[in-house]
Amino acid sequence: MSAVPSAPVLRARRRLGDRFGDLFLYGLTAAAAAAAGALLVAIAWKVFDVAYPAISKFGFGFLTHQAWDVGRNQFAALDFIWGTAITSFVALAIATPVSIAIGLYLSELAPRGARTVIASLVELLAAIPSVVLGLWGILVLGPFVGTELEPWLHRHLGFIPLFSGTPENSGILVAVLVLTIMIVPISSSICRELFMGVPDELEHGALALGATRWEMVRGVILPYTRSGVSAALILGFGRAIGEAIAVTQVIGAGHGIHWSLFATGDTLASRVAEQYQGAAGLQVASLVYLAAILLVISLVVNLVAQVITRRFSYQRVGAT
Amino acid sequence: MAVDAGRYSLTLSPRTRRRKLVNLFMQALATLAALSAVAVLVLVIVSVAQRAFGALTWDFFTETAATFGQSGGGVANALVGTIVLVAVAAVMAVPVGILIALYVSEFAPPRIANLCKLVLDVLNGLPSIIIGIFVFGLLVLGSGQAAWKGSFALAIIMLPLIARATQEVLALVPSTLREGALGLGASRWRTVVGVVLPTSIGGILTGTVLAVARAAGETAPLLFTTSIAANEITWDPRQPVLSIPVDIFALSESPDPADHARAWALGFVLIAFVLVISLSARLLLVRHQKKLEG
Amino acid sequence: MNPDTMQEVAPIEIAQPREAPLSTADREAVFETRGLTISYGKSVAIADVSFAMYKHLVTAIIGPSGCGKSTFLRSLNRMNDLVPSARVKGEVLYHDQNIYGDGVDPVEVRRRVGMVFQKPNPFPKSIYDNVAWGLRVLGMKDDLDGRVERALTQAALWDEVKDRLKKSAFGLSGGQQQRLCIARAIAVQPDVVLLDEPASALDPIATSKIEDLIHELKNEYTLVIVTHNMQQAARVADMTAFFSLERTESGGHGVLVEYDETPKIFTQPADKRTEGYVTGRFG
Repeated sequence: MSAVPSAPVLRARRRLGDRFGDLFLYGLTAAAAAAAGALLVAIAWKVFDVAYPAISKFGFGFLTHQAWDVGRNQFAALDFIWGTAITSFVALAIATPVSIAIGLYLSELAPRGARTVIASLVELLAAIPSVVLGLWGILVLGPFVGTELEPWLHRHLGFIPLFSGTPENSGILVAVLVLTIMIVPISSSICRELFMGVPDELEHGALALGATRWEMVRGVILPYTRSGVSAALILGFGRAIGEAIAVTQVIGAGHGIHWSLFATGDTLASRVAEQYQGAAGLQVASLVYLAAILLVISLVVNLVAQVITRRFSYQRVGAT
Repeated sequence: MAVDAGRYSLTLSPRTRRRKLVNLFMQALATLAALSAVAVLVLVIVSVAQRAFGALTWDFFTETAATFGQSGGGVANALVGTIVLVAVAAVMAVPVGILIALYVSEFAPPRIANLCKLVLDVLNGLPSIIIGIFVFGLLVLGSGQAAWKGSFALAIIMLPLIARATQEVLALVPSTLREGALGLGASRWRTVVGVVLPTSIGGILTGTVLAVARAAGETAPLLFTTSIAANEITWDPRQPVLSIPVDIFALSESPDPADHARAWALGFVLIAFVLVISLSARLLLVRHQKKLEG
Repeated sequence: MNPDTMQEVAPIEIAQPREAPLSTADREAVFETRGLTISYGKSVAIADVSFAMYKHLVTAIIGPSGCGKSTFLRSLNRMNDLVPSARVKGEVLYHDQNIYGDGVDPVEVRRRVGMVFQKPNPFPKSIYDNVAWGLRVLGMKDDLDGRVERALTQAALWDEVKDRLKKSAFGLSGGQQQRLCIARAIAVQPDVVLLDEPASALDPIATSKIEDLIHELKNEYTLVIVTHNMQQAARVADMTAFFSLERTESGGHGVLVEYDETPKIFTQPADKRTEGYVTGRFG
């Protein structure tokens, strides 16, 4: 009898080892994927858990009242919900046309050689850490806004409530500008990719009718990419509402609901960042309650953006 | 033959002239927007570089911060702290990220793959301060701050970036490569580990590098997990360590101009590190993709 | 019968023979090219093309693939401008005005010279808006509904879509989409309509509808059509230009070989190369 195992035995032995290996790899990777999902759930659960003392004490009234008194243990979120809303919406309002314009420039106008260079430079803006942007905001942008921009706005447009009040070096307007600088790079690179994805035949069809480039953009490119652009902007908005560090550095830690952009204030994220160290007891729970509200808003905004993105790609496929 | 002026004339009609003007105006606006963005980038970098200039000495990098009350000193403790934090975070995030990407690209049925991608995208969009609070509630409450806890928070931030970059590179591996290996009789796991992964190493590396650049610049998650630190240089992840971004944050809020100078210097180091890494990683990624697409 | 291959060559149907031959000397030339040479970067696409296209006639451009027929067609409405490496030498005269001359804006040219593309490319809009969009942009907004209806009627599409004007254009079949593209092009009342292999992506029934349409359209417009289908050219065209490839050291470029009335090109071509092509010996 030869010492070499017969072929069927070899095959069986190798198959067993391989089958274990396959199963093990499958199990390991599936576990990792499941862990990611579990992580998401755990984050939500833990945040609400730490916030629980404040939730049980203040309930939903927390969302509709204005208060933040450490001494008397009175806390409520409305000031900061307002702060988050006004900074993020105004930043979005500025960032929308700017991002679309940059996306169009990079996809239609820029000289071919310069295109990737300028696109990379714009993306590089997104890589700047928020704390450095905030530092620049406190020491460079803030003084400029306080001594030049806000007085100018007040002089010429002071009749609009947005520009009333006394100019300061920190406040909502500075935060808005910093947030805009954060939203634009991401949104504009997504827009650029969307615009480049419009089929040439559609563009040519419009130009062949005698339309100018801008008319073609308005009539074909923008409608075609409508959903994708919305998703890109909503994603940028999501980034803005969650930004804690740069905002807290420049917004001045105020409270109250004012229409003026010159006022100081706080957002949900920035108040948490600012008061966390040295907080104790109910204050901690209340700060985390603020974070919980931020979490819910952020999840909703993000999910909306993701759903639009996915529905958009189905739409495109269906349209061909 | 005389030109039939009027019906066939190609001279610009007033209406077309107006339309061309609108076109030009819009082009100008778009160009202005793009140049403004570049201008802001240049402005920020130049501001930081300018103000950091005087402070960047050899002592700056090797000495630790002065004790409370005295000005001067270096940032060695923050430098070491950042290295420890990011290195441990990478060790935590890279294996898990690669595994998740493997699952999504090699094993998962399409609908589950899409669900996983959605989870990763949502995770990526979470405000980093929330992640900090999560880790605080999970690990720090009751037991104190430590570098590895901060690393855990950073790892959560790095995870979606690494998983997504790896998954994109895996998707670029041509199916002929996989089929070739399987056709030779190799099992699934040998194909993945021996053929698919090595081909994707370049992309995985660049994804990791980009994630590291992002994590090195994060402040919020570390505020709750490792921001109170002593002034000695420590390489022990069980101790709380100071990180560069947290140091910048603390210094920027201080009224002392000497602290501001240190903040600018640290900011310059951070920007230089992040920008150089981002640029080279992007270039490498593009080159790697071109190689795979043949 | 083709003596070289001993095969029966199907007799090519020619459009209704005219009582009298076309007298192009009396006709107004809408387009005239003089020494037109187009190159993309270093490679020449077509060289020294000179001939005239006449009003209210259908002129067909035929020839083997790669001989620059589409390049030539696109030079008539300056669509070649969209290719960054394209260089144009020579003149393209539109009613005696060089469209590549100084001060001529492509926008004005394209308003008068419309184009229908090979693959139907309707806008992602409703059927109505596809036709109305060009009208609005060019300021022809009076009686918009009427203009849209007239264009769709002329394109033989009105009856099929009149009850679903607000529906997306993507719901139409390929042939209908192409007729929509024709309606869109003629709605803005161009002088000339260029058609770049308009039926090559369509089935035979849709193709014959398009060919019937071409017969109708030449009453109001001047048409220039590129087609790789010789029979189609014989069916619809009044004049036919045969392009072919001329080999050079650097590859090859397209040249105009022969240009004449369609019956003559197909039955008594003057050039051997034309004869070779239309009898099926090559190309």
